[in-house]
Amino acid sequence: MPTMTMIEAIRDALDVKLADDPGVVVFGEDVGFFGGVFRCTAGLQKTHGIERVFDTPINESAIVGLGVGMAAQGMKPCVEIQFADYMYPGFDQISQEAARLRHRSNQQFTCPLVIRMPTGGGIYGGQTHSQSPEALFTHVAGLKVVVPSNPYDAKGLLIAAIEDPDPVIFLEPKRIYNGPFYGHSAGEAAGWSSRPEAQVPEGRYTVEIGKAAIRRPGSAITILAYGTMVFIAEEAVRQTGIDAEIIDLRSLLPLDHAAIVQSVEKTGRCVVIHEATRTSGFGAELAAEVQEACFWHLKAPIQRITGWDAPYPLAAEWDYFPSPQRLGRALIRAMED
Amino acid sequence: MVVGEAKLNFPGPPARPGGAPDFSLIEVPEPGVLPVPPLDIDAEASEPFAKGMIRVLDDAGNAVGPWADGMGSLDPAHCVQGLIDMLRMRIIDQRLLNAQRQGKSSFYLQCTGEEAIGCAFQRQLSPGDMNFPTYRQQSLLIAADYPLAALMGQIYANDCDPTEGRQLPTMHSSRDYGFFSISGNLGTQYVQAVGWAMANALSRNGQIAAGWIGDGATASNDFHSALLTASVYQPPVILNIVNNQWAISTCTAIAAGASRTYAERARGYGVPALRVDGNDYLAVAAVSRWAVERTRSGLGPVAIEWFTYRTAAHSTSDDPNAYRPRDEAAMWPLGDPVERLKAHLIGRGIWSEQQHAQKQAELFDEIVTTQKEVEQHGTFVNPRPFSPAKIFEGVYAHLPDHLRRQRQEMGY
Ligand SMILES: Cc1ncc(C[n+]2csc(CCOP(=O)(O)OP(=O)(O)O)c2C)c(N)n1
Ligand SMILES: [Mg+2]
Repeated sequence: MPTMTMIEAIRDALDVKLADDPGVVVFGEDVGFFGGVFRCTAGLQKTHGIERVFDTPINESAIVGLGVGMAAQGMKPCVEIQFADYMYPGFDQISQEAARLRHRSNQQFTCPLVIRMPTGGGIYGGQTHSQSPEALFTHVAGLKVVVPSNPYDAKGLLIAAIEDPDPVIFLEPKRIYNGPFYGHSAGEAAGWSSRPEAQVPEGRYTVEIGKAAIRRPGSAITILAYGTMVFIAEEAVRQTGIDAEIIDLRSLLPLDHAAIVQSVEKTGRCVVIHEATRTSGFGAELAAEVQEACFWHLKAPIQRITGWDAPYPLAAEWDYFPSPQRLGRALIRAMED
Repeated sequence: MVVGEAKLNFPGPPARPGGAPDFSLIEVPEPGVLPVPPLDIDAEASEPFAKGMIRVLDDAGNAVGPWADGMGSLDPAHCVQGLIDMLRMRIIDQRLLNAQRQGKSSFYLQCTGEEAIGCAFQRQLSPGDMNFPTYRQQSLLIAADYPLAALMGQIYANDCDPTEGRQLPTMHSSRDYGFFSISGNLGTQYVQAVGWAMANALSRNGQIAAGWIGDGATASNDFHSALLTASVYQPPVILNIVNNQWAISTCTAIAAGASRTYAERARGYGVPALRVDGNDYLAVAAVSRWAVERTRSGLGPVAIEWFTYRTAAHSTSDDPNAYRPRDEAAMWPLGDPVERLKAHLIGRGIWSEQQHAQKQAELFDEIVTTQKEVEQHGTFVNPRPFSPAKIFEGVYAHLPDHLRRQRQEMGY
């Protein structure tokens, strides 16, 4: 089985779907000839032609709006927003149009649209290349929101997203495009090749949207993570030696409620981690879910490790980005309670 | 009757890597043919200016036509100042690019080939006027005599940076030097410039505003919002469009569509518009002076398309050889702004090769000296961090309780 980076896995998913469904079209800024600023669509225009893979003007509301129009006719557009930080001009089309078309037309019109966007920090990108806006999407009824954390899931989830009958926001944690990231800002950049999740089967396969994965089974405490934070969790466990169960949510909406409840009922403790700002972040939703479903099993308060409630900094990036040390301290605190 | 079938159009550049650069579709009008219009020109009457191109310097370096002498931009001291500004800008860009390559900063972005636009425009503004620049208008700061240490400190994100490492390198901010805080989100600030200018008019302060946008970002919603509101309220704003032919890897046709010029697009909103040779310092200076006079006199907004070419990569994260011919920049029909002004000044006998070389060496020394001092305050490879507690400063005027608690959680 070939080993792939996340970028290659995403490109492969698009290639597979472009080949087997003539309704699939791929477009966005710099996506066509050049193949995207992160190269996720490199070569696709050459293989599938300019009518299937093309460049757009710099207008995110146009990118999403064109996608809604095409999807409503039954095509399967998979569009790219260059950075999640630039989706805001398209947010009207996403939250008010794509998300609600099925419901408001009583299913006369639907919107099988996929909107891909790189998300998250850790790349010295400052406040306009580092944001994690997932909670803005999970707050919208009618959207699905997925966040793969490795090449295998990226390909399987993207194919599932393209085949999904409803709009899917596909968030790509850019820090781990080329390899897992364990929070050592100045140190090594480990590639994907040594990780089993980088073994990506050829051709079509799917990872079901709405299903979490247990990345590390454990009995002491449950860590709920997604995207880059899955690796921060692995590293915190390595540093503290605490027998934590790491759950990679993979899909935020719909959420794998059963997997979360099963784990927390077993461990009785829970820490939530994400890069996004804390207040009204997705961690608040997770903490509420756990509290409602597992209250009588809890032995310690649920903790949230998140980005601070400030704009994403440049110089102070590593004081902002949730580190394995911060998560480790939370794990130790939870174990003492 | 011809019966056809709907088919989509996908614009692209005339040449790709491996091909020969081709600028045959670009019309370069003779310099000196367009008159200086009355200051109160309306959109309708500006049609020839929006379709043509105001140029002053001819190929031999002579300043020709009504714009050359009409606007007083031929004053020798002013011309030499312009050349020095552009030389400084170019050396600074080169030095900061090298610093990034050495790992001393995380990112850089040059304005090479576009120096004339910001340098000449800024010299026509007055204190109190406000630019709303993009990341490629550092030349405005140079011609505003912005302290070099502050400019470089921002690139190194050290304590010489007045914004204390908050933003990506090149996202400067200087209220005192008429440079509005840059946002990385394209287009947003174009309409803010109109709002600022409306406030100028409402408070009768005599100041004007200047919005800046790239050709690619004219596609953004806010470009259209800005032109519409400028047309409706007639505030004292100059809406600049820097058409450097590229937006990262996409050629300008992707933003222009089937329309002919960006100036024409502005005119469609009822805003008078001019198109100008942006690599001609004297044309930029003359048109800027005219536009400043018009807006400050209460005659309403004006849009200017500066026609130029992005000689360098989009940024240090980009490799243009992947999407355009390697030697395209060298073939750009409007030449290089520094070389053109230099030839003009030498032709007039107010500058010489020797003076040029000497000035260049002087500027280089001055810039390198400052750069070394600024690097002592910390670089990307050798950072001297701010207190992490700074993250919480300025989120609000007063630190709310939840941020105080988060700061404590952080350990400060
Ligand atoms: C809203 C938004 N979308 C996308 C981007 C990513 N981006 C940064 S610069 C750029 C190209 C801009 O081209 P242009 O406006 O022509 O300016 P130039 O870089 O040529 O000066 C793009 C697409 C962004 N910064 N903001
Ligand atoms: Mg451009």
